[in-house]
Order: sequence, then structure tokens, then C-alpha cells
Amino acid sequence: MFTAGTYDIIVIGAGHAGVEAALAAARLGCETLLATLSMDNIALMPCNPSVGGPAKGHLVREVDALGGEMGVNADRTCIQFRMLNTGKGPAVHALRAQADKKLYQFTMKETCENTEHLDVKQILITDLLLTEDKKGVRGVVTETGEVYLARAIVMATGTYLRGRIIIGEHTYSGGPNGQRPAMRFSASLAEAGVRLMRFKTGTPARVDARTLDYEKMELQPGDEEARNFSFMSDVRTREQVPCYLTYTNERTHKILRDNMDRAPMANGIIQGVGPRYCPSIETKILRFPDKERHQLFLEPEGLHTNEVYVQGMSTSMPMDVQLAFLHTIPGLEHAHVMRAGYAIEYDCIDPTQLRPSLEFKTIRGFFSAGQSNGTSGYEEAAAQGIIAGINAAQYIKGAPPVVLKRSEAYIGVLIDDLVTKGTHEPYRMMTSRAEYRLLLRQDNADARLTPIGRRIGLVSDARWARFEKKQAAIGAAERSLTGLVLTPSRETNERLVAHGLDPVHTRATGCDLLRRPGATYETIRAAFPELPELAPEVREQVEISSRYEGYIKKQQEQVARMERLEAKRLPDNIDYAAVPSLRDEAREKLTAIRPESVGQASRISGVSPADISVLLVWLEQQRRQAGK
Amino acid sequence: MQADTIAAIATAPGEAGVGMLRISGARAIEVADAVFRAASGKSLKDAETQRVLYGHVVDEEGAPIDEVLALVMRAPHSYTREDVVELSCHGGSIVLRRVLGRVLAAGARSAERGEFTKRAFLSGRLDLSQAQAVMEIVSARTDRALRVAEGHLAGHFSGKIHAMRQKCLGLIAHLEAAIDFPEDEIDDVVIDEVERAVAQLRQEIRALLATAHTGRILRDGLPTAIVGKPNVGKSSLMNALLREERAIVTDIPGTTRDSIEEYADIGGVPLRIIDTAGIRETDDAVERIGVEKARGYIERAALVLALFDAAQPLGTEDEEILSLVAGRPALLLLTKSDLPPVTTPAALAAAYARCAGGDAAAPTILAISAREEQGLSALAAAIGDFAGTGSGLEEGSFVSDERSAALLRAADAQLGAALKTIGAGLSVDFISIDLRAAWEKLGEITGETVGEDIIDEIFSKFCIGK
Repeated sequence: MFTAGTYDIIVIGAGHAGVEAALAAARLGCETLLATLSMDNIALMPCNPSVGGPAKGHLVREVDALGGEMGVNADRTCIQFRMLNTGKGPAVHALRAQADKKLYQFTMKETCENTEHLDVKQILITDLLLTEDKKGVRGVVTETGEVYLARAIVMATGTYLRGRIIIGEHTYSGGPNGQRPAMRFSASLAEAGVRLMRFKTGTPARVDARTLDYEKMELQPGDEEARNFSFMSDVRTREQVPCYLTYTNERTHKILRDNMDRAPMANGIIQGVGPRYCPSIETKILRFPDKERHQLFLEPEGLHTNEVYVQGMSTSMPMDVQLAFLHTIPGLEHAHVMRAGYAIEYDCIDPTQLRPSLEFKTIRGFFSAGQSNGTSGYEEAAAQGIIAGINAAQYIKGAPPVVLKRSEAYIGVLIDDLVTKGTHEPYRMMTSRAEYRLLLRQDNADARLTPIGRRIGLVSDARWARFEKKQAAIGAAERSLTGLVLTPSRETNERLVAHGLDPVHTRATGCDLLRRPGATYETIRAAFPELPELAPEVREQVEISSRYEGYIKKQQEQVARMERLEAKRLPDNIDYAAVPSLRDEAREKLTAIRPESVGQASRISGVSPADISVLLVWLEQQRRQAGK
Repeated sequence: MQADTIAAIATAPGEAGVGMLRISGARAIEVADAVFRAASGKSLKDAETQRVLYGHVVDEEGAPIDEVLALVMRAPHSYTREDVVELSCHGGSIVLRRVLGRVLAAGARSAERGEFTKRAFLSGRLDLSQAQAVMEIVSARTDRALRVAEGHLAGHFSGKIHAMRQKCLGLIAHLEAAIDFPEDEIDDVVIDEVERAVAQLRQEIRALLATAHTGRILRDGLPTAIVGKPNVGKSSLMNALLREERAIVTDIPGTTRDSIEEYADIGGVPLRIIDTAGIRETDDAVERIGVEKARGYIERAALVLALFDAAQPLGTEDEEILSLVAGRPALLLLTKSDLPPVTTPAALAAAYARCAGGDAAAPTILAISAREEQGLSALAAAIGDFAGTGSGLEEGSFVSDERSAALLRAADAQLGAALKTIGAGLSVDFISIDLRAAWEKLGEITGETVGEDIIDEIFSKFCIGK
């Protein structure tokens, strides 16, 4: 076989996971090959034209804080930004943007093509080459037969493995959005001992903007205030394109009900497991028959296209049914469908085969990230991608892997859930999955992760300088507030009252004032101009940490309690069959998952607190025996 | 290195003369200091290590619960190599459990089976050869917990906990769905409704906690004193209770003195009648037992049956007895109701009010005749009401152990925090955090683990998706 190239790292797939993995690896100085099925579809958004939302927006900020690309790219190419959940507490504020899909892709493509140490090639990978002992990777083979060698490989194959498209009774092998599928790689994985699962997802039709009657819909504009995902972005003005809201009705539902026997979901054509949070319209009608209407958002796919995404209308109904029910909807009576909605089935791996570093437990140097790990969503993919890229680079350098804790990042929660509990449906990140949600805010992702990114080497000097400046300003502001000591003198209270603030009755600091309901830094500074003027992002940090101090402390204490178990490492080679007094179910699960810490073990379903106690005693016994 | 401070009764259950409660962990001394008052006024934190202090464990109001010897052992000079306080109590199991309840309320957590031993091993206190034994002890917990859980499943208790958890989960899922799917059609969270639901949950928890009293009585028996002036009919009542109510009689040698306690099962409530030997055997002598002895009995009793002769006017001895029982849990019995009445219930109530002070609650007064077996079923019903079994509670529907009670109190506190959060006008995610903490505490009671429940609940209730 012809060896066409030798790299440190090969990334298979250039979707949202693949590009982050490849960019991270290359930026860390590893010679990296990014293999894509199509040079025209790097960072493709085959489903909704949006980035962010609750938990997802958090992930984007985290990827950014580590030195990743998604946030920067979204800020440069998105055409509407909204901060969601603003009435629901700082931890769940969530930035969501509408992307110009093509602009997003080509900007990302440009970044990849111009990154040092990174080669992008249009090749279809068919086989994995293993080392002789079958316990490590050596390279890949393309469909045209050439070989690329590498010491580490990241698979980020998305929904392409044995992809199958379903529209009504019509099915064919294919990737999303008219792409080729990757038909042979699954077999190569199986041969390497990798367990595969079959998942399903879907997308709604795209309709022609010129055929929509927006008068019959509600306008959904973006925020007036300029927002950005990236801590590096300074975009203050951008063209804000609106979305529109409309609803299904009883006629829509009747058409769907009358044709339910033709729904691939219902008639057995679809076998894969779909996500509960993203049900097709036919599933919604079946599961919630009493709901009189379902909302639909019409979202533009870009500035230079008439394609409009019908959010809420994901379907794999036959084409005649799709058209019939679309035309019952106010504003869509005359809609022309430009692309049909479809379902796609694909192979993904069982993620419990991975370590928290995203490396396969049984194959050295082989990493996996993104939708091929059983997740869903661009943001979830990017989050895994950057970690897989970092850890592939760490592997090449002989450095220990980077594993983010559940108390450090949504990325940590996401990966820990995947590798510890596995998933039975495409996994979506939700804020309710994070037990330390108050600590993992989107506004403090930089404070949590930029120092880690810097230590790894992914955070540029410019980003680091900016970060240090912000942290210094926060520190200085907090010192000024603590240093502002008020006693209930007449003079002080007159000054407070004159500025619309309640008087103090005991000794109080600026922090205490800030803790009062409704208080803001600016109202306090109006009364005490000696306080420094703060940039909005600095003010935000100061206000949040004062206002919610009690709750934040409570969660920090919970983290500290759990930390003891997290810090107890479990050696790789434990023979759980030899640990006495474990229950059988626990023994089985521990053997299957091989957790890396007692903390991780405690999160495996079927492992009880008593089993954890046994494990702790056993570890101590081993330690002492080793010490003898 | 262990963050939690744990506590448990260290002596075997039963009627041993002395019971010992052990507290271990970083906050052991602080916890013990919160419930213990040394006679010398010294606090345990200032006590030398391995020095015994004499004093009392006190209740929330500072009233003594029991006479106690407290022993402080500072880390690493203890079994667990943590700070340890041992409280040696004099009372029986009821008193011990009250002391444990106080200690748990002061911030200790109920120890799991084998947990002291586990800590002793992990801290290096036990040698390697004991590792196997430690693992067996620790894992035995599972079987026991399973049995407990199975037992509970049959009972209403776990059913009630489960129902409360479901309500809590419903609230959480609604809040979380609103947070995670802000653009989906989820009914607005109406804070007033959440507040009402939380307040309702707290009431349910408190109602359940109130049954902790019943649970203890059914398990340990209700220490009952029968008092009254000579020849008022104490022994007749005793005999009627034991004989006529198909009493189960178990002779347990007295612990603190040479007395005999007997159990009489009255309508399902096990009465532990204090010093029955005295009442029954030495009829003549004991019927003459005067006020001094009655005083001692009343102090040890959780329920007093105070007897008054309906056929005679109330005398000074009667007045003294009324003064002793005033304000205590007592049933006033007018005996010899088969004879022409001289003292009426109204007269007795008036005398009681004089002794107890004007604002005392009206006493329960029953007329009985042991000889004619009149009024005995009314007495059984009154005892049932007092024990909390009268209101139709079925077995298994009450809180029967301190661990459950402590967890219920913790859940209640978290719900209280949720109400405070609501009151402070904080947003839904903070409310959700408090509710989750309460939900987890309830789950600990029945051993239900936190899994994907919240997310499952969201998807089953709300139609979500793009």
C-alpha cells in the first residue's frame, strides 16, 4: 500500500468535533491531518441554523475559554443573538445565536486551512490500521487505497457511519444534507473490538422565504444589546435578522394522525433510537395527543439564501404528507419546500468504552469525539472535539491527559456522563445535568478554564493578557468594595438616602450593600464615586459573586466533600473479581466501566454506597500491603 | 480526612442500665457541646483529652434529658483517629434515642453500619488482618438496608415518602424544563403555586414527623405510671388492664432498681407500667404508696394515669397528685363509677385547673369502674389517641427511627430554604437548587438514588423539541 503521508495525529471528520480537535492538536504543535468527506462541508450545520441555548451556550463559552474556535467563529458569522433565561438567575442565562450557515462553514474552513501544522484533505477513510498487538493505532486507509500514518487518531465521524436517510417509504444510504455516507469504517471498528450502537435523528423541511406570509406570524427579533460568545470578541454591532413564530393546528394534527401508518417512526422502517428532546412532529402528536397546537419557529439559514428552517417540524413523513401538513399552518399555506425533512440512522460507539480523556480504553492513541459518541448537537460535539484534540496532543507528547471535573465545566459533566453512564439516546447537554450549576456559569467560563487552557498551551498570549487584565480588575473592584466600610453615622446615611439607597443600621461594607435586593454596583458607585469605574463584564462578576455568595459557598462545600472521592485514583488493572464483599452487580459494572477514580465509580448506576465503602477499604488494604 | 461527623448508639439495643452514644468526626466536639451541659460549666472543647465530664444532655429549651458522662478523645487518640465524643447515658433506649435525635439535629449524620470501623481502618487504626472483616461488616449494610427497604415498601411510610418525592420532582421538573427549554411551550412557572406546594409538602413532612412519637411508642412501649391515693383502685385497674385486655406480660428485671415492668397491650399500644410489682404484689402496702413515690413514678413516665375516687370528695393527697400531673401527659380517671358519685368530672376538672393554673389545657377525664369493667374501652381509646394510633394510622405509616426522622427534618429545612429563596425574590434556578436538596434527602430515607429522574420527568410531562 502507498503511504501518502505521516502525521502525529489524524482527525477523521471535519464537523464541529473534528475541527476543534484538529485545531487544538495543530495549535499544540502536532502535525495534524484533518480528513473530510467534502472540502465544501467543513463545519457543516446539517440541522438547525443556530448555536448555543441553555447549557449549549455554556459549552460554547467553555470551548472558547480553553482556546477553541466555535465561539470566535460564531461571533464572526452569526446574524442574530439573544440572551435567553435572563429572568431565571445568572447560572442559566444562555446565549443563543442564529448562524449564517454558509458563512459559518467557510469562515471555519478558512481558519483550518490557515492553521500551521494542519493539513485538510478530502478523503474518505475506510479502515483503521492497528499496531501489531492490536492495542494501538498506526494509521488509516482511504477508499482509494492510500495510507496515512499517525500515532494518534481522533474519530469524529458524526452521523456518517452507515448513514441511512429515511423520507416516508423511501430510504437510501447517505450522510446528512445530501452527503456521501461512510459505509465501511464501522466494520473496521468492529474488527478492532469497538462496540457500536444505532441511533437516529431528524431534521425538518426547509421552505422558500419568498413563499411565506410573515404577516401571519409573530416577529422574534434579536437582542438590542450586542452579545458575543467569545471572551475575545468585541463585535458591538451586527445585522440582526429576525425569526418568526407560528403554530400547528387541529388540521395539521389530523393530517398527521390520518397518515400515521405511513410514518417510518411508527411502521418499523426506523430502528434506531431517537432523542426525546428533539422528537419529530409525528412523535409529538402521538405522545401529547391533548396538545392543541405546537409552536414552530421559522429561522433564516443565512443572508444569501431563501432557505428557511422550520424549527419544531422535524419529520420523516412521506413528501405528500409533509406538503399537506405544512400548508395547514398560518403563514405557510403556500410554502414551497426547498429541501424535504428526513430522518437519519447512523452507527455510533458506546461511549462507556472511552476513558474520561476520550481515548478508547483498549486501543492506545485512539480517541473519539462528537455525535459518533452518541451525543447530539454542534456544541456538544465541539466540546468533546477540543478535549479529544488536546488529549491526542498530550498523548503524542507523553503528557498526562486533561480531564475537566464536573465541578469545573459542563464539558466535564458531559464527558463524565458519557463515559460513566453511557447513553441510550442521542445525549443532549442540559443545565439540569450539572449538579454544581451555580459554579458553572456562562459568564465565568474564562475564570474556570482559561488558566487550564493556558497551562495546556492553547491559550494565546493575547487571550491570556486580556484574561489577566479582567481578573485583576475584578480583584481590585472586590477589594474596593470590601474596603468601603460604612458605619451608621448620620452623614453616611444621609448620603445613602440622597442616592436612593436604604440607610445602614450596623457596620456594613460595599459588598453588604451589593447583597441587598435590587442593588447594583452602579447605584452604589453613584453614592461613593471613590469606587472604580468597571467594564460591564467585570461589574457582572462582582455583582454575581456578592449577591449569590451564600448559594455559591454551599455548592463549593458540596464540591469539596465530593473531591475526596474524586481524588482517590483507581489503578487501571484492578481485578474486581478479587475484591471481596462487592455485590455482583457492582462487580460487573465496575469491570465494564473501569472507573478512574472512586468518585467516578460512585456515579455508576448499580454501584451502591456500601460498594464504595468496600472499595475504599480494599484500596487501603492494597496500599498498605504494597508499602510492606 | 472524612468531612462528615457521624453518630450512633454504640451499645446493643435493650434495657441495659447504661447506653453509650458515640460521635466521630471533625465536628464531634462542637456537636457534643451543642447538646451537653457539664455540671462544672466547662465545655467539651476545653476538656482535656480522655477526661470524663459529668453533666446533662439537654433539650432544645435547655431542660435536661438525661444524666450523662461525656468522654472526649481528640484525634488521633481515638478508635477512628478522629475527634470522638462518647456520651454514656443512664436512661433506657427511649432516652438514648432522644439524645441521638439531639445530636443529629446538632449537625451529625447517622452513621452507616460499620462506619466507625471503616474509619478506624482507613485511618490506620486497625491492622491489615482486619481488612476482610471490615469489608464484610460494611457490605452487610446492603442486605440489612434491603430488608429495611422491603419492609418499608409494604408500609405506608415509604409510600408517603415516595408520594412526597414525586410532588417535589414534579415541581423540580417544571422549573428545570422552563430553564432548559425557554423557547418551548412550557406553562409559566407560577411562583405562588410553587410556594403553596412547598408549604403543603412541609406540612406533610411535619405530620409524618409527628408520628415519630408513635413510632417510638410502638417500638419501645409507653412508660406509664398509675398513681393515686391509697385504696383509690390502682391495683384493680392494673389487674383489669393486664387480665381483661389480654395483656402480654413479660417480666423484665428492673434496671435502675429492683422493680418489675410489665407490658399491657391496650388497643395495640404497649404500655410499660412502672413498678407493677409494687402495685400488685403488696396490695395493702402499695395501695398506701403516698405522694413521694408517685412523684418518682411520674418523672419516669411518658403517660400518667392518675386515679381519683369518685365516691369520695377530693382530699389534700388528691390535690397534691393533681399538682404533680399538672401540665404533664396524663389521663385523669374517676374510679368506682359504679358507686354513687360524690366527685363529678366537672369538680375534678375545676380542681385540676386550680392546680395547673388558669391557662392550662383541659384534662382528659374518664369515669371507670374496674370492678364492673366500665369505661375500659374508653380508656383504651384515650390511650390510643395519646399514642397517635387512635387516628387510624396503619402499621408502617410512621417514622420509626431517628435516621429517618433526621432526614425528614433535613428535607423540611431545605424546603424552608426554598420558601426563603422565594421570599427573597430570587430566581427559579435557586428555588430549584433548594428543592433538589430536599428531594435528595427524601430519597436517602428510602434508598432511592438520584438518576435520570428529573430529565425523564421533564420529557414525560412536557412536549419539547425543535
